[in-house]
Amino acid sequence: MKCCDTMDSETKREIIMEHYTNPLNRDTIDDPKYIKINSNSETCIDNLDIYVLFNNNIIEDIHFNGEACAISTSAASIMTRLLKNKTIKEVKELINEYKDMIETGKEYDRLEEALVYSDIYKQQNRKGCAIIPWLGIEKAIAEYEKAK
Amino acid sequence: MNREDFPILSNNLVYLDNGATTLKPKVVIDKITEYYSSYSANAHRGDYDISLKVDNEYEKTRDLVKKFINASSRKEIIFTSGTTESINMIAFGFFKDYLEENEEIIITKSEHASNVIPWFKIAKDNKLIIKYIDLDDNYEVTIDNLKKIITPKTRVISLAGITNVLGDLRPLKDIIKTAHENNILVVVDGAQYVPHTKVDVRALDIDFLAFSAHKMCGPTGVGILYGKENLLEKLAPHNYGGGMNESFDNLNEVYLKPLPTRLEAGTPNIAGVIGFGATIEYLNSIGLSNIRKYEHELGKYLFDNLSKIRHITIVNKKPSSIIAFNIDGIFSQDVAVYLNKYGICVRAGNHCAKILKDEVGVKNTVRVSLYFYNTKEEIDKIIDLLKDKNKILNEML
Ligand SMILES: Cc1ncc(COP(=O)(O)O)c(C=O)c1O
Repeated sequence: MKCCDTMDSETKREIIMEHYTNPLNRDTIDDPKYIKINSNSETCIDNLDIYVLFNNNIIEDIHFNGEACAISTSAASIMTRLLKNKTIKEVKELINEYKDMIETGKEYDRLEEALVYSDIYKQQNRKGCAIIPWLGIEKAIAEYEKAK
Repeated sequence: MNREDFPILSNNLVYLDNGATTLKPKVVIDKITEYYSSYSANAHRGDYDISLKVDNEYEKTRDLVKKFINASSRKEIIFTSGTTESINMIAFGFFKDYLEENEEIIITKSEHASNVIPWFKIAKDNKLIIKYIDLDDNYEVTIDNLKKIITPKTRVISLAGITNVLGDLRPLKDIIKTAHENNILVVVDGAQYVPHTKVDVRALDIDFLAFSAHKMCGPTGVGILYGKENLLEKLAPHNYGGGMNESFDNLNEVYLKPLPTRLEAGTPNIAGVIGFGATIEYLNSIGLSNIRKYEHELGKYLFDNLSKIRHITIVNKKPSSIIAFNIDGIFSQDVAVYLNKYGICVRAGNHCAKILKDEVGVKNTVRVSLYFYNTKEEIDKIIDLLKDKNKILNEML
């Protein structure tokens, strides 16, 4: 999906709910080639497992599973699609932009569908939820780079 | 009842998270403010008027607590920072020495983390065995299931008087009788128990009891460790320092004060303890049996009305003033966020009872926990908001 100068809040809500009720890449991967990361937070009860397949500094595949709220489930779903086939360098930039958007509301075009969370900064109790899957990717990259 | 006593309730807050902590009545707030504004000296130190006043007020709370739970002596009432610290003192100060390799500790799968992890830790350190009483179909403890797992190696049973996820009241009288017939000591986690029903440590013959002031309209940072005097005499302090020693000259000559001071090293939470005195007087003025009766009715009203909603699955099998439930297909935290938009405070999560999921099959729930200042009108409000699943889906983000 290509978006979006500014999405109205109803569109954002619909996209989030669609990813929550029918998440992409939500399953458990039992393949040692994938790096598995558990991502959770102190302030919220979401608990996600993230599975990442790297090849030659590119993220080839991402899956996730776990018990989590609408925001973090949809954020994980959207993230799996957005980051697939991107280089680690690009992903690191996207992570920074995403984090900045969650904190400040600043919109970066490259975040595409993930821009549905550009209003989250107004909801203190939801920021953590939106960030959880992305922290998982950050950890997975660190592990991949350490192992190289 | 008594809503007008709580300043925080004047702005229509609907507070249904009393299992986590409770609201504070004005008399308690005022008592604490009075200490800080007119006699904020240290305890057990000064020879001047305001310090004497501190001593009097501080020790008056001890007397009030003693009477409140019907202990035999003031020596049996130790001020701590809360239930968690009390249980840790019991586990590490007493049982770590008392229990020998391969002896058994009995707990249940519906205990709060504070009544699990200290036992896990001493079990690991001393090579002890942890056993769980099987819960029945209502997730409750029965005497028969307890008897099934007692062996000659069993030395201690530690369990909540009332649990914090489902609010069930344990049959303590029978449990303790059975335990004592088998030379087993009983530790009662009173965090949810003491605030909600009349407790008589002597009638029940409780060996150790732990509870927190903040869960019974009192200040945070104050708790009680109750123990029978002969047991507390053997409890090793975890804090050494000022206030608890009689004299010290060198390494070999540190003499400790008698109970209860021996277990209260350092400057305590004076304001909190004094505020807790006012709390107990306040609860006494309402009457614990009135509180229990009122909550019981309210819990039934909540349970009956939640049961009527088809998309709600209640974990509890019967009414209680703590109810855990889920809306089918909606994560508990989303429900809590939705209710928050209407000024309603409920808790989502595992409620620090992480091993209970083995028994009930669900990890996270929405929890409503009531206290005496809650009303049927508040329950109507939440029922109304939960009835319409589409509304929740539309508004939860
Ligand atoms: C049953 C039970 N035990 C222990 C505790 C711990 O109490 P505190 O945090 O006051 O030490 C709680 C509090 O949530 C509880 O509900």
